[in-house]
Amino acid sequence: MSIKLATSQPPAPSRRELRFGAAWPYSPAKEGTGPVRLRERYEHFIGGERRAPEGGVYYATVSPATEEPLAEVARGDEADVERAVHAARQAFEPWSRLPGLERGKYLFRIARAIQERARELAIVESMDGGKPIKESRDFDVPQAAQTFFYYAGWADKLTHAFHGRPVRPLGVAGQIIPWNFPLLMAAWKLAPALACGNTVVLKPAETTPLTALLLSEIIEAAELPPGVVNVVTGFGDAGAALVRHPGVDKVAFTGSTAVGKQIQKALAGTRRRLTLELGGKGAHLVFQDAPLDQAVEGVIQGIFFNQGHVCCAGSRLLVEESIADALLVKLKARIQTLNVGDPLDKNTDIGAINSKEQLERIQALVAAGEAEGAERYSAPLPVKERGYFFPPTVFTRVAQSSRLAQEEIFGPVLSVLTFRTESEAVEKANNTFYGLSAGIWTNKSARVFDLAGKLEAGVVWGNTYNQFDPSSPFGGYKESGFGREGGRQGLASYLHVG
Amino acid sequence: MTDGTAGNGVAERPMRLSVKKTWKMYIGGAFVRSESGHTLTTGAEAGGAAATGAQSQEVICRGSRKDVRDAVKAALGAQPSWRGKSAYLRGQILYRLAEVMESRREELEERLLRGGAEAKAATREVDTAIDRVVTFAGWSDKYQSLLASSNPVVGPHFGFSVPEPVGVVGIVAPSRPSLLGLVGAVCPVVVSGNTAVVLVSEADPITALTLAECFATSDFPGGVVNLLTGLGAELIEPLVRHKGVRALDLWGVEDERARQLEAFAADSVKRVTRRIYEEIDWYDAAASGLGFIEPFLETKTVWHPMGV
Repeated sequence: MSIKLATSQPPAPSRRELRFGAAWPYSPAKEGTGPVRLRERYEHFIGGERRAPEGGVYYATVSPATEEPLAEVARGDEADVERAVHAARQAFEPWSRLPGLERGKYLFRIARAIQERARELAIVESMDGGKPIKESRDFDVPQAAQTFFYYAGWADKLTHAFHGRPVRPLGVAGQIIPWNFPLLMAAWKLAPALACGNTVVLKPAETTPLTALLLSEIIEAAELPPGVVNVVTGFGDAGAALVRHPGVDKVAFTGSTAVGKQIQKALAGTRRRLTLELGGKGAHLVFQDAPLDQAVEGVIQGIFFNQGHVCCAGSRLLVEESIADALLVKLKARIQTLNVGDPLDKNTDIGAINSKEQLERIQALVAAGEAEGAERYSAPLPVKERGYFFPPTVFTRVAQSSRLAQEEIFGPVLSVLTFRTESEAVEKANNTFYGLSAGIWTNKSARVFDLAGKLEAGVVWGNTYNQFDPSSPFGGYKESGFGREGGRQGLASYLHVG
Repeated sequence: MTDGTAGNGVAERPMRLSVKKTWKMYIGGAFVRSESGHTLTTGAEAGGAAATGAQSQEVICRGSRKDVRDAVKAALGAQPSWRGKSAYLRGQILYRLAEVMESRREELEERLLRGGAEAKAATREVDTAIDRVVTFAGWSDKYQSLLASSNPVVGPHFGFSVPEPVGVVGIVAPSRPSLLGLVGAVCPVVVSGNTAVVLVSEADPITALTLAECFATSDFPGGVVNLLTGLGAELIEPLVRHKGVRALDLWGVEDERARQLEAFAADSVKRVTRRIYEEIDWYDAAASGLGFIEPFLETKTVWHPMGV
């Protein structure tokens, strides 16, 4: 992204621009798949062994960039879940009784092994999920290693974590993770659960099972006792069986708000513990005094990171009216410079949409937005014969009530609204059932701290966006879920605290 | 066997003189002799438990006041970049130390044996020392979440208090246990971003110098940990009086001597922690807790207005 616009402030209509566009394309810089050795077929990982599915059914996991199958994966059902929960239950007593230091040392081993196999994991993540290699390489995989490293260090400090209050693990955790950050979400779920002395049945998303399966190989090589971590692959029915299983003491789910509500209902009255990390419709506020170029970069990063498949994506841009036109000029120009294409190309900014189903969902919502009268601007999309792609898209003239402003699109689609006063900005930002994240761009740091208190969101970023760290708690307000992942607070999701 | 075989055709090792190691101090990431040129023989002057035979007599450096100054200078120089590293990175570097110690555990055990430890005790001490480093590696990015606070002040201000490293810490290391005591005193000081100048155990300096080789081959930047050998009677005072040293961790200094030393420390308002190493159960988890980290931290309070 070396193309810069030569602009003057404020931009006049006649300003001169350097637009290289298609005249100066990047040469291909494809990441080699040499380190990757995928097997033809993957079984479940249950009780320390590779177990064929009880039902004998496998399905193909497909590269969304090429639509080619990458491997066959076991399709789990109730019987597989039963076996996995049983294995986890068997493993719980000895694992929870192990000194915290020793449990921690297992997690340190996993962290180190992720670092050792980092490149392989990154490539597989991009092949299976469609995200740009620069993101899987520089974000997903290093953060996954760091997450294990971080929670490894908590395992022998749990009494410190709650100021001396007695703690004990919950038991068997059933963890259901999404397809947008497959390996990282596995790490977010597994690392704190294991550090606290729980055992786990993990259900990866059906479209992105491969890195979780590679992680199970790492876990096996790290010599974790059999049954401490079990991985059952499959579809929603396997997830539902896991949620309903009475041998599961704790359910941790990351995914859509609709499914989250079903899970909360399924657990109603059972006294089984639950944490939910659900959808979002993040508001990204840009004030008149914001450094405009940095704000534009922040907005771009906020919505187009990982094709917009981010629960905390800044999908609603709220701009102070007086700078809206100037900002939109810069935003539209910047969008044209984004490289959409092969996830394995190191220059790619926006990779493939994760699945055909998700692409169709994005297309449907975008069509609904156009029908509602919003004005669409999409960057040109290179022609692709195969694969699921969607161009970076900005909507203006979006009404508060529009589906574009209310529903989580989970794609590279930004809705732009304007405001005149600070209180109007807050009111619009909070006008949603979601409450996961928000961003504020302003030159006045006093405003950042003031608004941080007024925005109904679990994470607020000031003059930055999409920052993550294992030491920093993450999670939502309102219908974006409850419970936190990351930090000291993340331990509470996996412990009885006296 | 005059034919050079052991009678079974396997070549006997020809006579070979072993290469003896000069034990140097560890300052600024380099192994150096004392600028004074003076040395000590372990077991002779020190009269410690090492005096069990000619074989265990080793020559070590007799550090000088100037060596103390050099070490403080190195520690001061290393401070900005060490405290500037992310807590995660410092944790990884400590964990790397544990990895290096694990791969050199036989040598560490042997040093403890030569230093007077029993076989079983040496194994246990090395095990615990490695695990202690792992525990402190884990503390690197966690003590903040326990010691920091959000301050609910009256008035429209966002207030918080965060721990920061004090700077250069002078450590008079516990005499015993020579490895676990050293690890258990140094790691909690450096994990938060402090750098350390350490006067190592007089009773068993060789174990400490072997640990210095572990520091040198892990990813610790030079100057973060500096280890001096010599006579406490000569070295403690210049360390205590040095204005570049911001805090002191004195192990096993008796009351009468401490009255004098702590008075020197008052000249530059040093934070002094003084503990009796015999009173610590080094094998208990309490010896790896926050209480070892907190004395070497400052609290910084920040106020910021809320609202325009």
